[in-house]
Amino acid sequence: MHQVEIKSISANYGSLKVIDDLSIQLNKGEIVSLIGPSGSGKSTLLKLLVGLIKPTQGEVVIQNRTINFDNKDDLRFARSKLAIVFQQYNLFQNMNILNNVCIAPIKIQKRDKHEVEESAKILLEKVGLKDKMHAYPDELSGGQQQRVAIARALNLKPEILLLDEVTSALDPELVKEVLNTIKILASEGMTMFIVSHEMGFVKEISNQVAFLDKGKVIEMNSPEKLFNHPENQRTKDFMMKIIKE
Amino acid sequence: MGYTLIYSQIYEFIPYLIYGAIISLQIAVLSFFGGLFFGLVLATIRTFSLGILDKITVVYVTFFTNTPQLVQIYFLFFALPEFGIMLSPFNAVLLGMTLNAAAYLCEIQRAGFLSIRQEELDASRTLNFNIIQQVRYVIFPHIMRVLFPPLSNHYILMTLGTSMAAIFGVEELTGRAFNINSETFRSVEIFSVTALIYIVITFIATFFLAVMGRYFFKAKMRIIQ
Amino acid sequence: MERLIEEIPNFFTYWNIIFLLKAMGVTLMLTLFGCIFGFAFGLILAIVRKSENKLMMPLRIFVVFFTEIFRRIPFLVTLLLIFYVFQIFQITDSLFVIALISVCLIATAFIGEIIRSGIESINMAQWDAAKAMNFSYLQILKEVIFPQAWKVILPPAFGFFILFIKDTALASQIGVMELTFAGKILNNKGFSPVLVFGSILILYFILSFPLDRFGKYMERKIASGRN
Repeated sequence: MHQVEIKSISANYGSLKVIDDLSIQLNKGEIVSLIGPSGSGKSTLLKLLVGLIKPTQGEVVIQNRTINFDNKDDLRFARSKLAIVFQQYNLFQNMNILNNVCIAPIKIQKRDKHEVEESAKILLEKVGLKDKMHAYPDELSGGQQQRVAIARALNLKPEILLLDEVTSALDPELVKEVLNTIKILASEGMTMFIVSHEMGFVKEISNQVAFLDKGKVIEMNSPEKLFNHPENQRTKDFMMKIIKE
Repeated sequence: MGYTLIYSQIYEFIPYLIYGAIISLQIAVLSFFGGLFFGLVLATIRTFSLGILDKITVVYVTFFTNTPQLVQIYFLFFALPEFGIMLSPFNAVLLGMTLNAAAYLCEIQRAGFLSIRQEELDASRTLNFNIIQQVRYVIFPHIMRVLFPPLSNHYILMTLGTSMAAIFGVEELTGRAFNINSETFRSVEIFSVTALIYIVITFIATFFLAVMGRYFFKAKMRIIQ
Repeated sequence: MERLIEEIPNFFTYWNIIFLLKAMGVTLMLTLFGCIFGFAFGLILAIVRKSENKLMMPLRIFVVFFTEIFRRIPFLVTLLLIFYVFQIFQITDSLFVIALISVCLIATAFIGEIIRSGIESINMAQWDAAKAMNFSYLQILKEVIFPQAWKVILPPAFGFFILFIKDTALASQIGVMELTFAGKILNNKGFSPVLVFGSILILYFILSFPLDRFGKYMERKIASGRN
């Protein structure tokens, strides 16, 4: 069983067709990175998986359950299995770090408050921010906020983690600390979709890399094969461009 | 319930009401522009802190924005004759609304002036614009963009505010509704139609102002919020 | 002019002053009650309007109509309409109640808009993050949006309250014993209109100005926030 199976999905963002007949799968313990030019639909795909965007065509299957995007229970199921970390961290501005990490598990997952707080503290420790527990998001740097966002996502105990360009909004010095955090998660066997521009990181951490362009998966392969021996012409063009940078 | 709604009885009065609406608009436009001009003078006095005139302006604006327009007009209509100044109802309303508008529009325009001072004067100075060019190419467009939405909004409020002229016997829309009411006693029908006319004219006004604002001044305007 | 000064002690009698103060109380009550009601129901209107539930569509349309209508009719006309409707259905004789209902309806429309603006001022990203974590619409409003939005809502809402004090003057036209009507009565009794309406203006000023200053103080405090 695939953890996530996306079959011929099409989706719009506003009036623009951003995803066009896209198919991809994710298996347990796998890390699949999505790369490609801006507007190729990578972020949209992740937002779609957590139900923020509705597909116009196609099927999404999560752990063998087909998700009907008009069905509240299906969406709830999807969101309970997946957690997303956004490019803009999106921490809740009105609560401190600890509450940010704990609120959903307590209020939505209805877990025991004590257990949630303990697990939150462990996660914050893991991302190196336990001492900032009682600070507010606007007191933290971008990199710190992003690490909190990762801790917040993890405290939901998801089976699949979605990382949406989590380092793109950060100053270069802060990128490394976040990437290191993700490497730790990878080593622990977390199933992940990662959207990223950090090619070195993508090469290092992924089991599979998918190149997306204009809303479709053009080519998907192991990092070594995709980066060094791309088969499709568009993939080759893209690789040429990024080598130049 | 011993009352049935008979709208047909008042259909004949609708043109009469619509002419009344035109009078309402006249009052609104006159007092708006009167208030705009006078308010501009006051805003200039305030922005450049012109001595004692500044203090007088502060008192004026504070007074007119913290008291009801209706009572202001009552004062003009009933109290001024004590000093020998007799105003017709129409003029009393017009004067009252103008003076009131001047106070609010002074504050709106002053905010517009203040929004300019920092950024763009420096920029245009570095481009070696002379003062006339500065005003024409930089300051004026910016100010119009900033001022257009709040000024439009206040104009709409004033259009609705003209209805209090009826209290003084002026035969604008509400005043005419009163007249028809005393003739036919079809109160609910008359005032619901009157309400509808106000809704229509404010929608039309909002629409045109939004179009104007977006087109000419590139201001961010909404029609239905 | 001398006549005016002569009249002053005749005007400022004990009875007159109590009369005016009572009228001030009515004005204040109308405004206060109207705004509290308006805030409570405006909140409901805003929550309904921003919901995305398909079943709520008819309610949402109702809210849009309600808001646009009561914001686009002059206070006076609304007042008279309610007055005559109540008269026909013989609902109540109390002019105060009629004015109160008008006031409540209008305040609900205006404050509902203010609250809606406040909700919309919060970045959509906050909604996205909460939705992705399975928060329901109401939970998002309660836990994330309103705690942030109240800062944007409170200043204009308070500003509306102050504005509303002046609008209640129109209730005088249906005979409610508020401040302006008290003025008309004293004027009809023969007192100098200069003294009468001058005092009324000053009394309104006394109601409005301190609240206005307080409102500006509150705005400054909110703006400086936790920094």
